Amino acid sequence: MEKFSYVNATSLEQVTTLLSDSRWGEVMLIAGGTDLLAELKEYIETPKTLINLKTLPGMEGIKADAAGLTIGALTTVADIAKHPTIRHHYTVLAEAAGSVATPQIRNVGTLGGNLCQRPRCWYYRDEATSCLKKGGDICFAVDGLSKYHAILGGDPVYIVHPSDLAPALIALGASVKIVGPEGEKTMSLEDFFTLPAANPFRENVLQPNEIVVEVQVPPAKPNTKSFYLKAREKGAPDFALASVAGVFEMNGTTCVSTSIVLGGVAPAPWRSKEAEAALTGKMINETVSRQAGSDAVKDAQPLNDNAYKVTLTQNLVSRAAMMAAS
Amino acid sequence: MPDKDKEKKQGTNISRRNFLKGVGTGTVAATVAPSVLIGSEKAAEAQTEEAVASATIQLNINGKPYQVEVEARTTLLTVLRDGIDTSGTNIDLTGAKLICDRGECGGCTVMIDGKTVYACMMLAMDAQDKQITTVEGLADGDDLHPVQEAFVQHDALMCGFCTPGFVVSSAALLSENTKPTLEDIKVGLSGNTCRCGTYPFIFDAVKTASRKM
Repeated sequence: MEKFSYVNATSLEQVTTLLSDSRWGEVMLIAGGTDLLAELKEYIETPKTLINLKTLPGMEGIKADAAGLTIGALTTVADIAKHPTIRHHYTVLAEAAGSVATPQIRNVGTLGGNLCQRPRCWYYRDEATSCLKKGGDICFAVDGLSKYHAILGGDPVYIVHPSDLAPALIALGASVKIVGPEGEKTMSLEDFFTLPAANPFRENVLQPNEIVVEVQVPPAKPNTKSFYLKAREKGAPDFALASVAGVFEMNGTTCVSTSIVLGGVAPAPWRSKEAEAALTGKMINETVSRQAGSDAVKDAQPLNDNAYKVTLTQNLVSRAAMMAAS
Repeated sequence: MPDKDKEKKQGTNISRRNFLKGVGTGTVAATVAPSVLIGSEKAAEAQTEEAVASATIQLNINGKPYQVEVEARTTLLTVLRDGIDTSGTNIDLTGAKLICDRGECGGCTVMIDGKTVYACMMLAMDAQDKQITTVEGLADGDDLHPVQEAFVQHDALMCGFCTPGFVVSSAALLSENTKPTLEDIKVGLSGNTCRCGTYPFIFDAVKTASRKM
């Protein structure tokens, strides 16, 4: 790591002012640090100053009531995974949180950090490679090794978004509260993430002087089942090759409404309107669920090494639908 | 002990002097003129804490207080293994191992307030005001922790390099869940890697230890 200086945050105003008064990347934020420190160790980022967010008051904790969930950005992934209300009524979120990395990472990794973590692409993470995401000319995955890259929404940067919490939260209809120099705003989490066509350098709409402070989830509907299915290369903890966050409002085996969000296959969490349309209002059986699976990937454009993700994603969507009906 | 003296000297060299040279901002708010941190008076007002490139911090490790001078970038693992207390003694807690240095292998697992973390992925400054427990802190004098005893009984290691990390993770798991199922044990230890593949013995050892707790 390069040298940097460290300051404990005392207020959101202080944080946004420090960010506003510096060039992008010169001052960075640290919470759990499990993603950031890896980037610093690889010299992907070389900030002059880190602002320690953990000292900010009131940004940690889960509130569960009739209005739904409010989760502070500093809440650890472990606390989300084991929260009794989340496990019961927002199962997809508890399952997603439980699937993140390892116990040691979940104990320190935070909600805000999980949503804002950077891609795992091996070209991006390689200090010596100047790829499109880092201001270079090309995305090396296009002609290079692309086993873990995007099959949907890639052009022109084929990273996949690594977050497990994001697909689950979007499937639950979550919104995110952001604070900047002009005050706070709330937007849907789905709109928070962007594709490389809009901005090849970043994965979300956060401005350089803005910070994620909270995520809100609307109340769980009755008769709802939800799942997070995550395919990994091996049994051990890993990022998703493909994942499906599915929330199903059911009446018997009939799907009244659903939201289905894919992870690990696109540069942003990928809402599959096609799979949702294939299931909504239908009595779910094997034919219907298979149709939903193939609809989910009908626009997929795999690279040289990742066509397997098309089949994988298709099967995960079908499986989630069958689980909702059983 | 010339080596130790040399080490000590290097240790004290990591100081505000280097910070002044390297970053050029000094103890930011107070002394040096316009810094990268503070471009406006508004920022100076907002900032009640100073940005520091190094500091003398207090750490509580295995119930014992230490005072150590660290750079902001120093990880907890570096302090445990190579840190020098301001009294001049090496901290020398080398149970936590430096292996992958990327938060993947689990060799550096320690507990912070009873929860496992990767010491290589935590800044030493972030470990202030917390109870740090390393593998050295588990035994009570010559009385081994039940997990340690069970590891011996089950011969739950081959080369042994990953063992301290596994022992700490196992102890943390059993402090939260005294009767874990095999699946609980697998999940609880999923952040540790054993390249010799002694997993079945480790799982048996945790089972045995759980009966004694």
